[in-house]
Amino acid sequence: MSVKAIVDRCEALFEDLNFQAVKDWKAAAPGRKAIGYMPVYVPREIIHAAGMLPVGILGGGDQLEVIQGDAYYQSYICRIPRSTIELGLTGRLDCLDGMLFPSICDVIRNLSGMWQILFKDKYVRYFDVPQEYRDAVGGAYYVHELEILRDDLGRLRGRPVTDDELRAAIGVYNENRRAIRDLYAFRARTPWLAPTAEVYLVLRAGMVLPVDEHTRLVRDYIAAASAADRPRRDNARVVVTGVFCEQPPLGLIKSIEMAGCYIVDDDFMLVTRWLLEDVPETGNPLEELSRAFLHHSASTSAKYDARREDKGKFLLEQVRTRGAEGVVFAAPSFCDPALLERPMLQDVLAKHGIPYTAFKYAENTGQMAPIREQAGTFADSIKLWSAA
Amino acid sequence: MRCFIGIDLGSTTTKAVVIDENQNVLGRGITNSRSNYDTAAAIAKQEALVNGRFHLFRQALASSGALNGSLEGFLAQLERDFRLEQYLEQLADLEATCQRNVGTAKFGDAAKGVTAALEEVFRRLSAEAPRLFAPGANRKSDFFRDIAGSQYLAVGETVAKEAGVRYDFLLNVFDRSIIEVENRVYGDSIRRHLLDALERTFRALPETAGRRDAVAEPIRGILDVPMEETYVIGTGYGRARLPFSKEHIRSEILCHGLGAHVMYPGTATVLDIGGQDTKAIQVDPHGIVESFQMNDRCAAGCGRYLGYIADEMNMGLHELGPLAMQSTKNVRINSTCTVFAGAELRDRLALGEKREDIMAGLHRAIILRAMSILARSGGIRNEFTFTGGVAKNEAAVKALKELVAENYGELTLNINPDSIYTGALGGATFAWRAVVEEGKVAERREKA
Amino acid sequence: MSTPTPIAGPESRRKPEVQKEDAMWLQKELINKNYMELARARGEGRKVSATFVPGNLNELLMCFDFARSLPETNALQNGMRKKSGKFIMDAERDGQSEDVCTYVKADLGMMMGGEIGPTGDPLPTPDVLLLSYTGCFTFMKWFELIRHKYGCETVMLHVPYQGDGKIAPNMRDYVVKQLQENVIPTLERVSGVKFDIDRLREYMKESQKAEEDLVAVLQSAKNRPSPIDGYFGAVYYIGPIFTAFRGTPEATQYYRVLRGEIEQRVREGKGPVTPEGELAEEKYRLVVEGPPNWTSFRDFWKMFYDEGAVVVTSTYAKVGGVYDFGFRHDPDRPLESLAEYCLGCYTNLNLPSRIDMICKYIEEYQADGLLINSIKSCNSFSAGQLLILREVEKRTGKPAAFIETDLVDPRYFSAANVKNRLESYFQMIKQKRTAAAH
Repeated sequence: MSVKAIVDRCEALFEDLNFQAVKDWKAAAPGRKAIGYMPVYVPREIIHAAGMLPVGILGGGDQLEVIQGDAYYQSYICRIPRSTIELGLTGRLDCLDGMLFPSICDVIRNLSGMWQILFKDKYVRYFDVPQEYRDAVGGAYYVHELEILRDDLGRLRGRPVTDDELRAAIGVYNENRRAIRDLYAFRARTPWLAPTAEVYLVLRAGMVLPVDEHTRLVRDYIAAASAADRPRRDNARVVVTGVFCEQPPLGLIKSIEMAGCYIVDDDFMLVTRWLLEDVPETGNPLEELSRAFLHHSASTSAKYDARREDKGKFLLEQVRTRGAEGVVFAAPSFCDPALLERPMLQDVLAKHGIPYTAFKYAENTGQMAPIREQAGTFADSIKLWSAA
Repeated sequence: MRCFIGIDLGSTTTKAVVIDENQNVLGRGITNSRSNYDTAAAIAKQEALVNGRFHLFRQALASSGALNGSLEGFLAQLERDFRLEQYLEQLADLEATCQRNVGTAKFGDAAKGVTAALEEVFRRLSAEAPRLFAPGANRKSDFFRDIAGSQYLAVGETVAKEAGVRYDFLLNVFDRSIIEVENRVYGDSIRRHLLDALERTFRALPETAGRRDAVAEPIRGILDVPMEETYVIGTGYGRARLPFSKEHIRSEILCHGLGAHVMYPGTATVLDIGGQDTKAIQVDPHGIVESFQMNDRCAAGCGRYLGYIADEMNMGLHELGPLAMQSTKNVRINSTCTVFAGAELRDRLALGEKREDIMAGLHRAIILRAMSILARSGGIRNEFTFTGGVAKNEAAVKALKELVAENYGELTLNINPDSIYTGALGGATFAWRAVVEEGKVAERREKA
Repeated sequence: MSTPTPIAGPESRRKPEVQKEDAMWLQKELINKNYMELARARGEGRKVSATFVPGNLNELLMCFDFARSLPETNALQNGMRKKSGKFIMDAERDGQSEDVCTYVKADLGMMMGGEIGPTGDPLPTPDVLLLSYTGCFTFMKWFELIRHKYGCETVMLHVPYQGDGKIAPNMRDYVVKQLQENVIPTLERVSGVKFDIDRLREYMKESQKAEEDLVAVLQSAKNRPSPIDGYFGAVYYIGPIFTAFRGTPEATQYYRVLRGEIEQRVREGKGPVTPEGELAEEKYRLVVEGPPNWTSFRDFWKMFYDEGAVVVTSTYAKVGGVYDFGFRHDPDRPLESLAEYCLGCYTNLNLPSRIDMICKYIEEYQADGLLINSIKSCNSFSAGQLLILREVEKRTGKPAAFIETDLVDPRYFSAANVKNRLESYFQMIKQKRTAAAH
């Protein structure tokens, strides 16, 4: 398959606010169920093990007209919960049999309760994760939370989820994570061959496709993009951070790259890369998932840094391992986690002499010119700075 | 006769409505809200009462048949003549005030010249006055400040040049005097002005002179019946500054809901988009407000947003709607934030989108905000009444119709050309209910 | 988030009634006393802790002799003293976004100005931040920010959210385990004081007594007329127990005196005391959801009592602990009950539970309706309030209204706007009553 064919398919999936792919998957066999989840992280392995399709819900993007959703939110609250409610109230999420709301901020947390009220016939769960990282304390709590999810989904399916099913699911997700690690490494090595707008769409496809199909898609893309003949430009290499929940419009991602930046790492859809290492496919599966979470997971502002010196460590690693020259802080307007985290991360970067720039966006941001301007100036200044 | 009056003190205009014992609308009045709300209220009320007199003249003359066939022409002339009489009195007052203010100004030796120039300016203004109120004359505004102001500026400049007087002295005197004059009510002159105007009208329409008595008699008769201010209710943003007790004040939400109900008794949901805010109101079958929502602190999507866009596009506010109506393509505008909208607008223009398509997108964006506020208040129920300045904008109405149909199906949409008086009508109806249904008596109070 | 404890100012023109003076005076004395303890802490070699009002483990902190600072209370005190505006702008100049919580910014701005507290007395940088992560995500960032800048030792206490509307044993065990294995050892290390569980039990016995009296005071509003204002007045009443005094004999005494006074008012059929004297006629009885605005607190209150509106109860008066459904600190199960206390704080309840609670309040307090004061800073409270409004209206048939302000950002209080909506709301209630009577 050509790069274009793969990307076109991903873009069609991305633009489809009616989730036809999910409906098709469900229709292919009787009794199939789909479970939606919001950013940043849920253990999709458990959903998969229950024979269900995990579906990532990342808001409505810039093509959805939000009417009913706006009726539930004040102007000072970010956009993703409005468009998500709009998707729900307009029936676009009817194909989902349940929704998981991970612990990310007060807005998404409260949205879980709103969902319980608005969609009474659906399975709804606020999925809390530990902010304490010892196996006997946070781990014990987390394993119990995982068990609840496993039991709930087993009930929903009508048959308990077995350890073997879980171990198998861990296996296919390990595969997926490996493919995505390769994709990120590939982009960082040759960013001109893998523009982020494409990488993004390939990742987004994983929000609605079954995991094994997505893994193949990622592999296919890497193969096709590696073979493509694309010119290398003299762009600055940057890490984009802050985009872990509400998504910027695709046009904004393109704008950053058009303005002269190669995005070599980011925090888009962290669920695909949250667990940094393979999860053991033997032993007690829930305990393994818990250990992976506690000791080998990514960092984001929704997660507590147990020690002061941990702050910014993950971002610094991204910069170092990807050979980035600067960091772009892109935060959704009114995003408490991203905006409160930002000054600390900026301070860490400043201490390490890493340049950065910052702006805010909304998923339906319409004006790209200021962002192009800013990203362009940033790219130029990086080049001047490195030449000096 | 007993009159029930509602006064709506808005941020830019003050409106009044007078209704009679049977809840018929007798008259409507409007004036610019000045720094002095009392005066604005008094003048709007007086305008409404004058308008009410004309209504009664029409009734009386129509039933007597004295002006068969020429009634409307006669009344129109009478009204112009009445406005002229009023204008001349205010002009005389303005001149006296100006002259007095020259005395206290620090013009030094120039004072004498200014005095003479003022005399000349006002001589010319008085001479031009009949032309301003001639049939078919085009006045941009009916407010004294605006008419006299534009005349004064033009004539004053010429006179200053001719007389060798500094123009800014004339402006200075005007600026200090107009506020004083504008804040006088001239309530005692109405009857005299109407009678003088009647004489002018007979002169202007000689063919009616033969029926002089048959015409003048009912008019005098009506003037002899006092229009008693039985009960007054104040509303609107400035209501707290009215010299009324709490009993005589209602929030504009309540008045708006009731006013819409009176205009269209089937009203269940009201949307009002004004300059400063957007309100969504649900009313019960008696016009009592059941719930309401207003735009939050953010002014996104109010009339002001359109004003901002007009400035941004270098267009007049009233040109936006017609331009948007020419649109042939949907352009999605996501920002209803007034600050961002300008940037998005320029971005779209730079991308080569057509102005009319962008305008249509902007109108849709405003209405989308209103749809959210409506949803917040409990949705749209049949019948749906749309009021406020934006209800006069055809592109906004078009977008509203589309979105209502998409989201709520077919239902009756009411838009009244007099919707600017909705709040005042609600106030007048509350006044009527207070007396007729609740047996209240107006409290004694200082005359406004 | 949000917090209580304004100091009853001498400027409040209270009627010269001896008993009432007692409680007001005591409250003021208590709050001032805590600021003086903090001011003297360094000189006396006392360690200083900081923690939040929701999930405030005051009894536990007292076991280690900490002088106790409550950053939310500092922020609101600065708000009432008109100092917060500058602090917020200072913090924004230092890199904080205009979008985020103004309590955080007021606190960071105050700290940037040196170790001076709201009263003008010294306020030392804390030796330990007890990050009781209860009901508010921003708490975590708040203390991370202070830790990042000032290097304060920080100890996390993760209190799981009641996503299912109940406290599961797993949640309680998790909190208890954190107390045992992390919180208590850290506090011992920082303070140099050995933990004594019997000391904790003794404090909790005091807590129980004060909690009993507090509930009686807050529930006195079920009377007609209500002898108290359950929002504007209640923020004074909850001051001691929500901050550094829960578990102290002083608090026990304060609530006993207060309860006596309020019960006397009930016997005499008196209404609440406002800054302009006793409310003559109770015209409207409201339930309020959401924290108050602090920068214009008096003006805000006046908009209510001028219209004869009394808030009979509020969810805000439960941010530091929900006691009116039976929870009490239990000396027989000290750690478990600390955990249950944290888990049960108002902002840790899910939306359906909050709606149930408000509906219950409207019924039990015979309220005319619900008013939501939506706070820009506080997503924990605010996100979802429009659904709360709709559901409560639907379930109770009582009208609800919505206004928007902020905690301590003076730029975000539009008096004309708020007044307009409140008046419309009150008149709407009145109209409905008249219509119903016809």
